Amino acid sequence: MIKAILIFNNHGKPRLSKFYQPYSEDTQQQIIRETFHLVSKRDENVCNFLEGGLLIGGSDNKLIYRHYATLYFVFCVDSSESELGILDLIQVFVETLDKCFENVCELDLIFHVDKVHNILAEMVMGGMVLETNMNEIVTQIDAQNKLEKSETFIFQSPRQDR
Amino acid sequence: MALKMVKGSIDRMFDKNLQDLVRGIRNHKEDEAKYISQCIDEIKQELKQDNIAVKANAVCKLTYLQMLGYDISWAAFNIIEVMSASKFTFKRIGYLAASQSFHEGTDVIMLTTNQIRKDLSSPSQYDTGVALTGLSCFVTPDLARDLANDIMTLMSHTKPYIRKKAVLIMYKVFLKYPESLRPAFPRLKEKLEDPDPGVQSAAVNVICELARRNPKNYLSLAPLFFKLMTSSTNNWVLIKIIKLFGALTPLEPRLGKKLIEPLTNLIHSTSAMSLLYECVNTVIAVLISLSSGMPNHSASIQLCVQKLRILIEDSDQNLKYLGLLAMSKILKTHPKSVQSHKDLILQCLDDKDESIRLRALDLLYGMVSKKNLMEIVKKLMTHVDKAEGTTYRDELLTKIIDICSQSNYQYITNFEWYISILVELTRLEGTRHGHLIAAQMLDVAIRVKAIRKFAVSQMSALLDSAHLLASSTQRNGICEVLYAAAWICGEFSEHLQEPHHTLEAMLRPRVTTLPGHIQAVYVQNVVKLYASILQQKEQAGEAEGAQAVTQLMVDRLPQFVQSADLEVQERASCILQLVKHIQKLQAKDVPVAEEVSALFAGELNPVAPKAQKKVPVPEGLDLDAWINEPLSDSESEDERPRAVFHEEEQRRPKHRPSEADEEELARRREARKQEQANNPFYIKSSPSPQKRYQDTPGVEHIPVVQIDLSVPLKVPGLPMSDQYVKLEEERRHRQKLEKDKRRKKRKEKEKKGKRRHSSLPTESDEDIAPAQQVDIVTEEMPENALPSDEDDKDPNDPYRALDIDLDKPLADSEKLPIQKHRNTETSKSPEKDVPMVEKKSKKPKKKEKKHKQKERDKEKKKEKEKKAEDLDFWLSTTPPPAPAPTPAPVPSTGELSVNTVTTPKDECEDAKTEVQGEEDDAEGQDQDKKSPKPKKKKHRKEKEERTKGKKKSKKQPPGSEEAAGEPVQNGAPEEEQLPPESSYSLLAENSYVKMTCDIRGSLQEDSQVTVAIVLENRSSSILKGMELSVLDSLNARMARPQGSSVHDGVPVPFQLPPGVSNEAQYVFTIQSIVMAQKLKGTLSFIAKNDEGATHEKLDFRLHFSCSSYLITTPCYSDAFAKLLESGDLSMSSIKVDGIRMSFQNLLAKICFHHHFSVVERVDSCASMYSRSIQGHHVCLLVKKGENSVSVDGKCSDSTLLSNLLEEMKATLAKC
Repeated sequence: MIKAILIFNNHGKPRLSKFYQPYSEDTQQQIIRETFHLVSKRDENVCNFLEGGLLIGGSDNKLIYRHYATLYFVFCVDSSESELGILDLIQVFVETLDKCFENVCELDLIFHVDKVHNILAEMVMGGMVLETNMNEIVTQIDAQNKLEKSETFIFQSPRQDR
Repeated sequence: MALKMVKGSIDRMFDKNLQDLVRGIRNHKEDEAKYISQCIDEIKQELKQDNIAVKANAVCKLTYLQMLGYDISWAAFNIIEVMSASKFTFKRIGYLAASQSFHEGTDVIMLTTNQIRKDLSSPSQYDTGVALTGLSCFVTPDLARDLANDIMTLMSHTKPYIRKKAVLIMYKVFLKYPESLRPAFPRLKEKLEDPDPGVQSAAVNVICELARRNPKNYLSLAPLFFKLMTSSTNNWVLIKIIKLFGALTPLEPRLGKKLIEPLTNLIHSTSAMSLLYECVNTVIAVLISLSSGMPNHSASIQLCVQKLRILIEDSDQNLKYLGLLAMSKILKTHPKSVQSHKDLILQCLDDKDESIRLRALDLLYGMVSKKNLMEIVKKLMTHVDKAEGTTYRDELLTKIIDICSQSNYQYITNFEWYISILVELTRLEGTRHGHLIAAQMLDVAIRVKAIRKFAVSQMSALLDSAHLLASSTQRNGICEVLYAAAWICGEFSEHLQEPHHTLEAMLRPRVTTLPGHIQAVYVQNVVKLYASILQQKEQAGEAEGAQAVTQLMVDRLPQFVQSADLEVQERASCILQLVKHIQKLQAKDVPVAEEVSALFAGELNPVAPKAQKKVPVPEGLDLDAWINEPLSDSESEDERPRAVFHEEEQRRPKHRPSEADEEELARRREARKQEQANNPFYIKSSPSPQKRYQDTPGVEHIPVVQIDLSVPLKVPGLPMSDQYVKLEEERRHRQKLEKDKRRKKRKEKEKKGKRRHSSLPTESDEDIAPAQQVDIVTEEMPENALPSDEDDKDPNDPYRALDIDLDKPLADSEKLPIQKHRNTETSKSPEKDVPMVEKKSKKPKKKEKKHKQKERDKEKKKEKEKKAEDLDFWLSTTPPPAPAPTPAPVPSTGELSVNTVTTPKDECEDAKTEVQGEEDDAEGQDQDKKSPKPKKKKHRKEKEERTKGKKKSKKQPPGSEEAAGEPVQNGAPEEEQLPPESSYSLLAENSYVKMTCDIRGSLQEDSQVTVAIVLENRSSSILKGMELSVLDSLNARMARPQGSSVHDGVPVPFQLPPGVSNEAQYVFTIQSIVMAQKLKGTLSFIAKNDEGATHEKLDFRLHFSCSSYLITTPCYSDAFAKLLESGDLSMSSIKVDGIRMSFQNLLAKICFHHHFSVVERVDSCASMYSRSIQGHHVCLLVKKGENSVSVDGKCSDSTLLSNLLEEMKATLAKC
């Protein structure tokens, strides 16, 4: 099971947080802070696994992360997940974002966190991996976006284009 | 209305959307909080509007704010409003917000039930999808109960997109509403074979999660998963399944045996590191679960360790980390194979990556021996000095202590060294583990009697330098060490060199800055010290000295009396009064020392931490029984207030002990005495027998510290542990010299020596005698303590509720709640998918059907039994490499060409019922009792079989009869007769190397066989530069690396240190497989030792028998029958006489050596099947007569068949 998925930047600003276990807002912030603290002090060329995130608790759990440019993608998982598998999953996630946003950068995530959530929802559901095939994910996302577009007419169009 | 909408939309134009909000926050960096609170006010206004678009926009912004840590639970109702919007755009926003902020405590969540149900049955798949996604995050027990049936329906939706989501969410539903597991399980299982890979993957995912928590319930799915594993190409699914098998194997060792081969194949073939790693992990799990009995057991371990070493040596830190992680699993069961990689692991300790260092530390635990403990700890100590972060340093500290104290200080040869290490560790500032060090000091000082003198001297030095520690107290935990120091100095004060000095150190004013509990110990131990000083002085006749000490006490104790800590204060004032009293007595010249020391007479023995728990409940005492009968609940007190007294009087006589009870009482008294004797906290009038036991042999028994141990007599303030390393080396050297001398003498005398054969330069562990012969006092336990394992299970574990027997038939009460009146109107598209289970359970509605139901229940019970046996069947069809496989049960009709078209499963069920009807009451009873776990049953059966086997006459082979009744379990007694065999046969050997090989066909590449050659170095030289050259024939060619010619040798990809064996695999391409053939080859290598290197050769002949081209392929009897009927197989037969081996073992031999699998077996007749790598079918009918065996074979190639039969004849002739 995946317990939580966090994205934050090099300064620890959260860009996406998805918890698959209920936590209060304060605890969530604390977890993000702590995770950032743990992850950020690690060198670039060390391994991507980290034990001992105290809050998401349990010795069973591990942090698996990747660092892309200004962003950290952190997955907190328990022992039923394959470590290397999750690393691949993060890669798929980022590549999917790249496809959906066309050269994704931090700004895309900042302004369209809802879209990122929607993409993530096609990959991971309730803490379990739903789909790992990028083409399938992109197809579903596109279809939903199309559906959304067909629903909007001029006055109701959310001004997303700015 | 339209106008209003337009107006709303225009309003909206001026609202902030999410992007504006984000931009705004970024522009208000200084007063972010203020800006956000402004925005929240705006959002509150927006939420009050009727326009759903405005609301959705507001909720969208709230979701963002939630991420920043703002509580949005107040908007829960608005979120639900947005969720119920008809437009997908808004619905999605609503569900996202709900998934981010709803939890079980959200009170409005129950309002969503109907909305979600509506969305689930929406014609748009994305509405359904978004509802499922959202629900997966906030499902509550109520929602799970109400929606379980709807979701289950969706599991059979026409769109795979919905199916996979529905399957996945079921896990969450199970967690919240465990009752749904059993009704939903059949369908979930069905989804394992869904045509869509995504759905399949989801089902695997869910079952893996379920099985991880309660593996035993899912064992019956093993065959299905096995099939998936061998057929699936999706690495995700494979990883999950392989992980699942890792969880299942501990429960079923036979499964492990079956797994080894495909897993090994995967390890060799896969290019995905993630898959390779999980395979290795599961192989490790299998090997752990199989204690022994695997022929290529060590080869598998070797393979794992080899692969892991490659991972660890990789430059990718991730692989390095995982390699170490997996290595630590092997360490637990096969420490030897890991120990050979000590160099690598020590290297990892220096890695710059903390995660890797930590993993390496874990491994170190298993690396230590008596020989290298000091060296390793020394290395760790240098790391402690270098470590920058406190967490890592603390980890090091605990590891050092763990390593040293493991298995009762097994590896410590010199406790003085250990004490010095502990003292050195106290120099660490800011560690959290002061109490750990303290506990170790106490433990060692109490349990290792010989070390007390040294320990006391060290501790007094510590107390003396207490100002060092006290200077930065409170902040760090290291001052805990003083707790131990004070206690040791006090308790063992007789060993103190200068007790007076220590006493003064303990009475320093600085001490009052220590934490209360430490001061309390100080106070108590000051008195102990005082008592011993008093005695010394009085014995020496120094009355003045004694009085001076008393004066010191009277002067200094008041500082403790003023302590804020109650404990300290109490003890101090009590003792102060005592000392004052003594002072009075001393003034009168009364000798007091005796009486004061009597206060602390006796010795404290270590007590095991669980001792109290383990005290057995005396016989006849029922702790749960009421002493007085409780008042029954039905009668309220108001009604019969008097009854209480009345009844009590009546009852009393009953409780009066009768004469017979006197005995009982005496016995109890005795038991209590025993208990008290064992209880160290119970103050005894006379020394208990146990204590006497420990006292008497104690002192004389401890062989005193060896004199040659040149411990510095003058103990420096803080000792250096390093010096012990040198000392230890010298000591060992001396010991070795002595031993050599002895050995020489022994040689002359020609005496037998069992252990001392260490002619090698390295000495084995046992040879190192400890510096002090240490009598490690074991911790006391009460007599006849119960060896109970604490149930570690957490009663609050949410997964415990899912521990449900899935094979039991469904009862009526278990069907999922259905919203009936709604069902008709909502079930549009998925109508045809009404779950089958449900239909089944709906049928027996009326009372009249009760009887039928009973019958059905019975049937189901039987079915269930069969299911369990199906697993056995599956586990035993294809022969595992080592022990003999057991053939499956067959119908008693016994014809080979069975015309049924049913699946083999059904067939064997038929067979079972038939047989059960006819014979064997015992078995029938078994059925009736219906033990819920097949395992237990198996056990019982085995016993039965054993007894039966004895009774039966020897004419009938014991296997046959049981096989007719039940599938025989692997590991059934008769198989024990068969010695474990290896599929590896000897190829060639000389003094340097031994070659064994196994030839395996592979189905993927037709016409190719893999030859696995195990090379074992039996010399003391390193073998390297090994090359294998094989002369190709027209028919068989060795696959060589590209560009190399036919005459070049193929290098062996490893070197062999002395005593090591390893496996190399080569692929050969075979043109025609109908004939056996031999290939000549040579192994050339360089043997290098201290004296030099020589070039050596070893010739061998590879024998490709026809059997080696066969691949064990299971075949169902219907397919088998069709095959025989088809008529395009040629036939041939042989007969071998003089066979005494049981049929069972005979079949096993054929299976093992010739790669056949049993299709059916009846009495002494069996049909077998195999397939060649080129796709020839080979069918056999094996019949056993009195003393002979006849084999009829049918095969699509007659030459192949006749050659095979010849080979078989040779095998059988040996039987």
